[in-house]
Amino acid sequence: MNSANYLYLSALLFTIGAVGVVIRRNAIVVFMCIELMLNAANLSFVTFSRMNGNLEGQVVAFFTMVVAACEVVVGLAIIVTIYRSRRSASVDDANLLKR
Amino acid sequence: MTSSLIVYLIAIPLFSSAILLLAGRKANKWGHLLGTLASASSFGVGAYLFTQMLAQPVEERAMTQKLFTWINVGSFNVDASLLLDQLSICFVLLITGVGTLIHIYSISYMSHDLDRRRFFAYLNLFIAAMLLLVLGDSYLNLYVGWEGVGLASYLLIGFWNQKPTYATAAKKAFVMNRVGDLGLSLAIMIAFASMGTVSFAGIEEAAPKTSTTTLTAIGIMLLIAAAGKSAQFPLQAWLGDAMAGPTPVSALIHAATMVTAGVYLITRSNFIFDAAPTAQLLVVIVGAITLLFGAVIGTAKDDIKKALAASTMSQIGYMTLAAGLGPVGYAFAIMHLLTHGFFKAGMFLGAGSVMHGMNDEVNMRKYGALRKFMPITFITFGLGYLAIIGVPPFAGFYSKDMIIETALNAGGIKGILLGSAALFGAGLTAFYMTRVMILTFTGTKRWDDDAHPHESPILMWLPMAILAIGSVVSGFLFTRGDALVHWLEPVVAAHEHGEHSELLPPIVVSGIALTIVLIGISIAVMMYVRRPVENVAPENVSALTKIVRQDLLQDAANEAIFMRPGQALTKTLIAVDEKVIDGAVHGVGAMAIGSGAGLRKTQTGYVRSYSALILVGAAAIVLGIWVITQ
Repeated sequence: MNSANYLYLSALLFTIGAVGVVIRRNAIVVFMCIELMLNAANLSFVTFSRMNGNLEGQVVAFFTMVVAACEVVVGLAIIVTIYRSRRSASVDDANLLKR
Repeated sequence: MTSSLIVYLIAIPLFSSAILLLAGRKANKWGHLLGTLASASSFGVGAYLFTQMLAQPVEERAMTQKLFTWINVGSFNVDASLLLDQLSICFVLLITGVGTLIHIYSISYMSHDLDRRRFFAYLNLFIAAMLLLVLGDSYLNLYVGWEGVGLASYLLIGFWNQKPTYATAAKKAFVMNRVGDLGLSLAIMIAFASMGTVSFAGIEEAAPKTSTTTLTAIGIMLLIAAAGKSAQFPLQAWLGDAMAGPTPVSALIHAATMVTAGVYLITRSNFIFDAAPTAQLLVVIVGAITLLFGAVIGTAKDDIKKALAASTMSQIGYMTLAAGLGPVGYAFAIMHLLTHGFFKAGMFLGAGSVMHGMNDEVNMRKYGALRKFMPITFITFGLGYLAIIGVPPFAGFYSKDMIIETALNAGGIKGILLGSAALFGAGLTAFYMTRVMILTFTGTKRWDDDAHPHESPILMWLPMAILAIGSVVSGFLFTRGDALVHWLEPVVAAHEHGEHSELLPPIVVSGIALTIVLIGISIAVMMYVRRPVENVAPENVSALTKIVRQDLLQDAANEAIFMRPGQALTKTLIAVDEKVIDGAVHGVGAMAIGSGAGLRKTQTGYVRSYSALILVGAAAIVLGIWVITQ
């Protein structure tokens, strides 16, 4: 099977994730889209690792997973806190940084 | 020879001045007495040192006293030391002697002034500064005294600074003097740069090895300094306004002593001027112009003090002229300076006495017939008058005649021009001084109704009488056996006899001078005795008279040549500063503010717009890398 197909899939997943981050308001969905982008990147790493015949890409994929796990912990905590104070999970409601 | 007494000449008045200024109102009761005592003690020290000098052989008469090392940097050493030689002792005795008389006069003259103590403090400050000026042994020490007298002069001209015009007059004198001071400081700098020393002895030694160009530059700078301090053309305009000060100040500072500092400077720098003929020529030109300029102004002044001020300017012109004639003239310049110190101070005190009796009126057209009411003032003023116009055997006759003779014998066309200028000036002097005498003391009463003229108290007329005696006998004493000329020889180099052929024998010169003086007197008598004098200045006069009344347009000229272009330059510089320099600085600020305001619009507060921007940015970077690597 052609390895390039994995890269196309990766690009497709990344695009879906990126568009989701930009257009969706629900913080949980935005969060899931970020996970999708991270995993699209992981897929690319693994594919390149296979294409180049070495293990470096796979190692980096593990790093990415660790970072993603940490990010999920922090991110979910923030979302829950915002929801508690604002009764909303919409990212547009949390716009106080403007001032 | 060294002497430890010289410093007391300066220290006593300086210390007294400090006490009077610091003690405040507590000293009001005895301030004037302390001031007078300080000046008199200084005179006592001076007289004692003079007798000591007389006891020494000629070549050992100069005394020095080192006070402390002032500057010691590398090869540049300046000691604060004092030098009392034949030239400076003349000044010391004049300054402290006339100064003491004027202190005594001021006790009475200023008795109604609430600030009399402050007045005496300033007078003492002046005496100390002026003594430092003539006693310094280097140009740098002289410079300290030079600035000190400028300060004292400023403080005293503006003594009644509650009147804005008086305060302005003080400022005018100070500013015009600064121009001259700049000349002196430049002269010192050039001397140090080219010879590495600033002491009189050092420069005298180094002068023969220095190029004429350098010496000429120093000489011209010194001339500018002298012109500023001595009210010589073209820096003469401040002297008339300086009459705003109390009359004793005009007598002491603006007639007898400070304004002669320029003549002292030139005489002291004889080793520079003798080696720089161009500078010397400029000195005589300045002297000749000023002696005529002052005399012409004097003919149209109705203010008695301003008439005397114009006369001072003119007489100092004579001294400058003599000093510019080289070794033959220095002694005569100093002689005229000393006799002038007597008769002009005496006449100023006389003018003060008249003002004292006439409710401070200065307009001579409102005097008249005061002879009967102020006999002592009339006699003392009259003796000064005879001295200044040069009637034998009064002092001015000897000193002025010598200058005229020396000028005539200067050789060639230069001698004839200078001699005629001096002779014509003598005629003008006779005219305007006779006018002052006639308008003040003779003719009909032209007083205001509330004037009650009376003779001044003894404290005022006694100094006038002593000065009058000086104006009678000093000329005779100085010339007897060429006493002063021989006395000054060690300082100003020997008077070379027979260097120039004499144009006219001395007796003929005296005859011509006297004839011209008589013509001047006769014209004045015809104009002011034969015709009635009005008590307001007539308006329907010739254009020339009008110009002379405005001091030959000296203020207008200064305004047109220096003040207005200066103001224009300042305005241009302000505009450049505001538009260009401030503009650039403000522009940078405005740019930062503007770009900040623009960028702030991207700060929406919406997470999605930030993420979109990040996405676009990342895409742009990727695209850029792709384009570059293709």
